[in-house]
Amino acid sequence: MSTTNPPLPEFDIDPRAFRHLADAQVGVELDTGDMILNLGPQHPATHGTLRLVVRLDGERVISADPVIGYMHRGYEKLAEFRTYPQITTLINRIDWLSSFANEVPFIDAAEQLMNVHAPPRAQYIRTILTELSRIATFVLFLGEMGLQVGALTPAFYGFRDREHILNLIESATGGRFHPNFNRIGGIKDDLPWGWVSETRTAMKTIFDACDVFEDLVAGNEIFEARTRSIGIIPPELGAAYGVSGSNLRASGVDWDLRRDGRPYLVYPDLDFKVWTHPDGDSFARYWVRLQETRESARMVLQMLDQMPAGPIMAKVPRIIKVPEGEAWVETENPLGQMGYYVISKGATGPFRVKIRSASFSNVSILPWLLRGVFVPDVITILASLYFILGDIDR
Amino acid sequence: MRKPKLPGVIGGLGITFKTMLKPAVTVQYPHEREDPPTRARGVIALKEENCTVCMLCGRSCPDWCIYIEGHKEKRPPRREGGRDRTVSVLDRFDIDYALCMYCGICVEVCPFDALFWSPDYEYSESNIAKLLHDKRKLGEWMETVPEPEPLEIGAEVKK
Amino acid sequence: MIPAVHSLLALEIGWGTTLAIKTVMILMIVPLTALVLGYVFLLKMMSHMQSRLGPMDPGGFHGWFQLVGDGIKFIQKEDIIPGEADRRVFAIAPAIVVISTFLVFLVIPAGPDIVVKDLNVGVFYALAVSSLSVIGVLMAGWASANKFALLGALRAAAQLIAYELPLLLAVVGVVIQCGTMNLQGIVAFQSTGAIFGWSGIGFPLIFTQFIGFALFLIASQAELTQTPFDMPVAESELVAGYMVEYTGFRFLFFFIGEFGTAFAFSAIAATLYLGGWALPASWGISLGVMRFLGPLVLFAKIMAVSFLMFWVRFTYPRLREDQLQALAWKFLIPIGLINILLTGVFKVAF
Repeated sequence: MSTTNPPLPEFDIDPRAFRHLADAQVGVELDTGDMILNLGPQHPATHGTLRLVVRLDGERVISADPVIGYMHRGYEKLAEFRTYPQITTLINRIDWLSSFANEVPFIDAAEQLMNVHAPPRAQYIRTILTELSRIATFVLFLGEMGLQVGALTPAFYGFRDREHILNLIESATGGRFHPNFNRIGGIKDDLPWGWVSETRTAMKTIFDACDVFEDLVAGNEIFEARTRSIGIIPPELGAAYGVSGSNLRASGVDWDLRRDGRPYLVYPDLDFKVWTHPDGDSFARYWVRLQETRESARMVLQMLDQMPAGPIMAKVPRIIKVPEGEAWVETENPLGQMGYYVISKGATGPFRVKIRSASFSNVSILPWLLRGVFVPDVITILASLYFILGDIDR
Repeated sequence: MRKPKLPGVIGGLGITFKTMLKPAVTVQYPHEREDPPTRARGVIALKEENCTVCMLCGRSCPDWCIYIEGHKEKRPPRREGGRDRTVSVLDRFDIDYALCMYCGICVEVCPFDALFWSPDYEYSESNIAKLLHDKRKLGEWMETVPEPEPLEIGAEVKK
Repeated sequence: MIPAVHSLLALEIGWGTTLAIKTVMILMIVPLTALVLGYVFLLKMMSHMQSRLGPMDPGGFHGWFQLVGDGIKFIQKEDIIPGEADRRVFAIAPAIVVISTFLVFLVIPAGPDIVVKDLNVGVFYALAVSSLSVIGVLMAGWASANKFALLGALRAAAQLIAYELPLLLAVVGVVIQCGTMNLQGIVAFQSTGAIFGWSGIGFPLIFTQFIGFALFLIASQAELTQTPFDMPVAESELVAGYMVEYTGFRFLFFFIGEFGTAFAFSAIAATLYLGGWALPASWGISLGVMRFLGPLVLFAKIMAVSFLMFWVRFTYPRLREDQLQALAWKFLIPIGLINILLTGVFKVAF
């Protein structure tokens, strides 16, 4: 059984018209003797082991080529020889900052193939944990983008405020970073006593933290001078390259899979706003993620009020053999759109899992985006696109 | 969005100044400790008398870090005139914590409740070979296993 | 300094011994100031601004020994020079930076007679000598045979030269108002002066030269390559900019140079604008007491000025170098010129 893809928004310009621009060269007639700089696999600004081979003319970038693969761990190959619970453990580690969100589309695909529906309470808890992961990773983004631009303090505030979310996830699932909580048919355990009120308190802290980041970073004139009009992604080009998530919403495209895609988890029952910004520059990407953090906190509070009582696991056999079929599930992860294509041949493990990770497509726009900018702007753009190497390389 | 207020640069200075005056959030680790929650996955404990050497945990581990060896023994029958019983005896149950991913699949699949999670996390070693905990050491971890905590309102109570 | 030592020890000291004492004192004081500033502001104030504690264990009491321990660690490290580097230039560069720091300390007065050499062109000498470090930075970046270091050094060259001018223009305002370039004279002017006839707190020049004070602080922030002007040492891009290939003792030189110069610039700012080592003369404290109190008063004022500098350093992101240059040339220098104009006009009018 496979799903139909939701329709993409319509664009006037043929995105393939921009393809030649990736090869454009700046200032080549001056022939000033370029310098090749390796923003190498080890660099504080590349969020991991991304290598950018940059040709510079003074401080201007002529061309930039990302070299990825330093962190390839072979998830799709590993998934060929493991059962569904084992794969759930492994895929936690693809995007390690928001690890619960990685499990959701995979388990959703397996449940579709088995024609099993998780009970409502399990769906609510899954959605709450997904939104908590989104808040956790975005709070860290708000801090560390300040760090890349030069301010030392917001990074520490990001880590400090993320602790509240990690403590919540740990008290519910047992693991701070890698919850490994989804099972086919529901979730593993119910919530511990007092979790709901702790979460409400933590959401208040998140609102305060967002206000601090708005004043300290987004309101800072120097930050605005560093990020406004830097790295503008035109909406048609972004969609053509496959950029997704907050990066595309910051260019004005009103597209969010939680609202527009195939309904999954409990998002159809929730009342939330999708934030967009018309500019498309780095400041817009920061601003959109700031607003989405607040929106996620509001969604969590809504879900805590609406959460039903009941079982958390549907009736599934002890040894799960998923019937034959193919399923494609795409969800709105914090980094963008993440999708899993699961082919099952009736065994305890899938035959093939194909992972569409968000950051892989987000990074593909870098050669186009980095032409003609200064070296400090390269860092700002990398920070604002917010990719995780585990997500690019899988 | 432009209201007449302090320029953002001044507001930012105010925030760092206020944070400087508030107490720091650091927990000075060796001298003070934060207790992890009850469900935290710190270390796996083995209750040897429940284990029947069914090997389910070893097979379900994604990393294959559990090493199990056992043999069958004959025991006298429980009542007079019955058949001899065959009992599985555990020879070796090692968990290699250098490989363990702390996923919890082994604890979950065990049908006889022989494996438990404990939130204890302070067992780091300087020699990597010492991270292979044998069944005696895994039995010692049983003392640190907490009672399961009550569940939140709305949870289904298993009868 | 000689009358001070005389009065303290009641001894006859010759020229050679005086020179020896002064040399030893300067050699001891400069690293000590770097240590104090580094500990108080970099380790403790920054940590508390980031909601954490900073070092607590070394030395037992709030980690005061951390920087001393770091210094010992740096001294015993292996001396690594990159294979492609120009060895002699690589070795000399940190020395030049540190020497310029030591030279600035020679004119800073810490009491009525406590100054190594009371030059008549004190302020001019201090600013001239502090710009020697630009050469050291350029040498370090070029000789490192590392593209990141080169980028940092070239940025530094442009930035440090551009920000010399606002520094100078701010100081010219003070010189016009006091009529002398001699630092002791400027201190005396402030301590014996009066505001509209009331001499309760003397006449610290910050009241009339507030534009100059702001300019001086911004320009010295840029001279020290501190955020928001730390493009040469952009930590998240070039990791350590022009210092990236330096380890061990040579890096210690750069560190002492950076914090020692921060101390020196704060001292000059305190002397020019806040009254230096002097308390207002109207309080009637005798000269002998000021020989003890002077250094303490100056230290307190230096801490206040440094607090402002480091507070800004830990809060703001950094400016890109073209924005830096625009700020200096299009904004700060015109304001400095206007400041001089206004100072001259008011000096003649009143």
